[in-house]
Amino acid sequence: MKPVLKKGITSHQIFWPLVGLALLLLFNFFFTKDFFLLEMKDGHLYGSLIDILNRASVLMLLTIGMTLVIASGGIDISVGSIMAIASSTIAVLLSGNMVDVNGSQHFVSNISLGTALLLTLGFALILGLWNGVLVSYFGLQAIVATLILLVAGRGIAQLITSGNVITVYHERFFYIGGGFLFGLPVSIFIVGAVFLLTMIFVKKTPFGLFLETVGINRVAARFSGINVPLITLICYSISGLCAGIAGILMTSEVKSSDPNTMGSFIELDAILAFAIAGNSMAGGKFSLGASMVGALIIQTIRTTIYSKGVAPEVMLVVNAVIVIIICSLQSERVKAMIARLQLRQEKA
Amino acid sequence: MMKIPIKSKYTSVVITIGIFVALVVIGSFVYDNFWGAQNLLDLLIDNSFLIIVALGETLVIISGGIDLSVGSMIAFVSMIAAYLLTTLHCNPILVILIALGAGGVVGLLHGILITYFNVQPFIATLAGMFLTRGLSYVISTDTISISNPLFVAISEYRIPFLFDSFLSIGVIITLFMLLVFIYIAHYTRFGRSIYAIGSNEQSARLMGLPVNRTKVLVYVLSGFTSSIGGLVFCFYMLSGYGSHATGLELDAIAGTVVGGTLMTGGVGFVVGTVFGVLIEGIIQTFINFQGNLNSWWTRIAIAVLLLIFIAVQRILMAKREQKKSVKRVEAIERAASAD
Repeated sequence: MKPVLKKGITSHQIFWPLVGLALLLLFNFFFTKDFFLLEMKDGHLYGSLIDILNRASVLMLLTIGMTLVIASGGIDISVGSIMAIASSTIAVLLSGNMVDVNGSQHFVSNISLGTALLLTLGFALILGLWNGVLVSYFGLQAIVATLILLVAGRGIAQLITSGNVITVYHERFFYIGGGFLFGLPVSIFIVGAVFLLTMIFVKKTPFGLFLETVGINRVAARFSGINVPLITLICYSISGLCAGIAGILMTSEVKSSDPNTMGSFIELDAILAFAIAGNSMAGGKFSLGASMVGALIIQTIRTTIYSKGVAPEVMLVVNAVIVIIICSLQSERVKAMIARLQLRQEKA
Repeated sequence: MMKIPIKSKYTSVVITIGIFVALVVIGSFVYDNFWGAQNLLDLLIDNSFLIIVALGETLVIISGGIDLSVGSMIAFVSMIAAYLLTTLHCNPILVILIALGAGGVVGLLHGILITYFNVQPFIATLAGMFLTRGLSYVISTDTISISNPLFVAISEYRIPFLFDSFLSIGVIITLFMLLVFIYIAHYTRFGRSIYAIGSNEQSARLMGLPVNRTKVLVYVLSGFTSSIGGLVFCFYMLSGYGSHATGLELDAIAGTVVGGTLMTGGVGFVVGTVFGVLIEGIIQTFINFQGNLNSWWTRIAIAVLLLIFIAVQRILMAKREQKKSVKRVEAIERAASAD
């Protein structure tokens, strides 16, 4: 029999994550009351679906950066710490005083919102660059290089806020994490914009091709004339920047900055989202879209668990089981086993 | 320049021990009451469980892997012990056996996933970390205190030592574990296989070493060791809580790296790890003695130390490789002139 070249929709990487997400939504359709209900209140859309998108935004941002970094053959375990640093930076920058204007109290920050945002993003970018330089120019292992910032990050964040939880009073700043645009939460648009920009950068410039080459074989990439350190550096910088945006988003949403808890262990969720999407942890080929679906799956599971009234800590066990299943499915041994089963079925 | 007569493979360990001694000396000059037998022993008492889990972590890292589950394993064991003792009133000996078994089982799970399913060590042990912490919360989300007479007795027992100082049973267990690990690492086939696999897994396989078995066993050993660490932690804290020892795996890894173990595997000493952890502990003590410094300086100081150590290791590695390539060129030239 001549081998038939099958290239159906199942061969796309995004297919299986989408099936997973669809199954989760189907489960909620039957077992969670009013899950698909969308309501218009004061021109804003409300509902569980919107809620999932909104709450997943921080994780999606981190996953974008994480996808590029792991695709380059590395890992970035410092994103949670960068988030905490960005959060405390913006909170401190936006401090100010109450000013009496026409008899009513108004909050005026010491520096303008735009400057504060730019400074914070710049700081996050520098932290990403720091990781990138350690990995690409000093040749450190990615996990060791980013471990340094993971350990130091929370200390730096506490240093910035002097160890306090800082409450933010800047009204316009809250629009980023709590506002609405065209009836949808602003955070969705921010994630969408970052995703689109990254997609354009990856698909419309040679960067994406170079990145996959570096991830698949560093040495071969170097010999074919690719500037490997530069590509690696860009990945970590984007990851740092994404973590910075995520930190700002989260601070705006909760209206305060807690250097101890902000983004703690979220790097693990981002790695999980990447792995669920069927991307290879060893680097190389990757799909940003699938990663986004991965992040949505995690948030959907979380929302489902909350709505079922299960203790949120149990989420950790669910995460563990998912990681184990997904990673086992990706392994050669299980793939060979499935192939053998298929062969037996065809023979029968 | 005088040449220091030590083998290059000991350089990192000697540096680590040197730094520790220097820190102790500096501490005794700068702070009153720092120099004292009890103060130094307290360092061991307060870090005993960390040293124990770091020993297991060291062997895993030497084998070329990593174990992120050691901190959550401590929480899990503390929770199992507290729940079985306080809520179910089980026999304490049985509880200790169950706790040790739990560590071994989680380690076995890691080992199988990593060795037979080719899951990256980072991801497999991450899953283990989620699993053990999650299961601790499934048992209870509150703190459960332990009031079992045997556990309390072990916890409060003080062994008199020189100069009116004392040791805890945890320290004795730690020292015993250290001896066991030195034996495993340097005097057994298993230990030598770990070093060989860490240096080059493929060569180890071609040499006919039992690579798969060794890799599984090293994770089982780490899981088992972290459950011993968990029990020592129970004796220290006398309570079980799902959030105990959060982030402890980072301290263990940092201690291992500061102790001179290479994250790429194949190089390292368990003794170095003990001093690496003690350096972390002494930094904490410094900051406590200083009084006006806040706790977050500990983390920053440890990170800076990590950075310095990794940089030193890189330079040493680069020098070694340079020497190797020079030798290779010389050998080729000699061969050419011989022809």
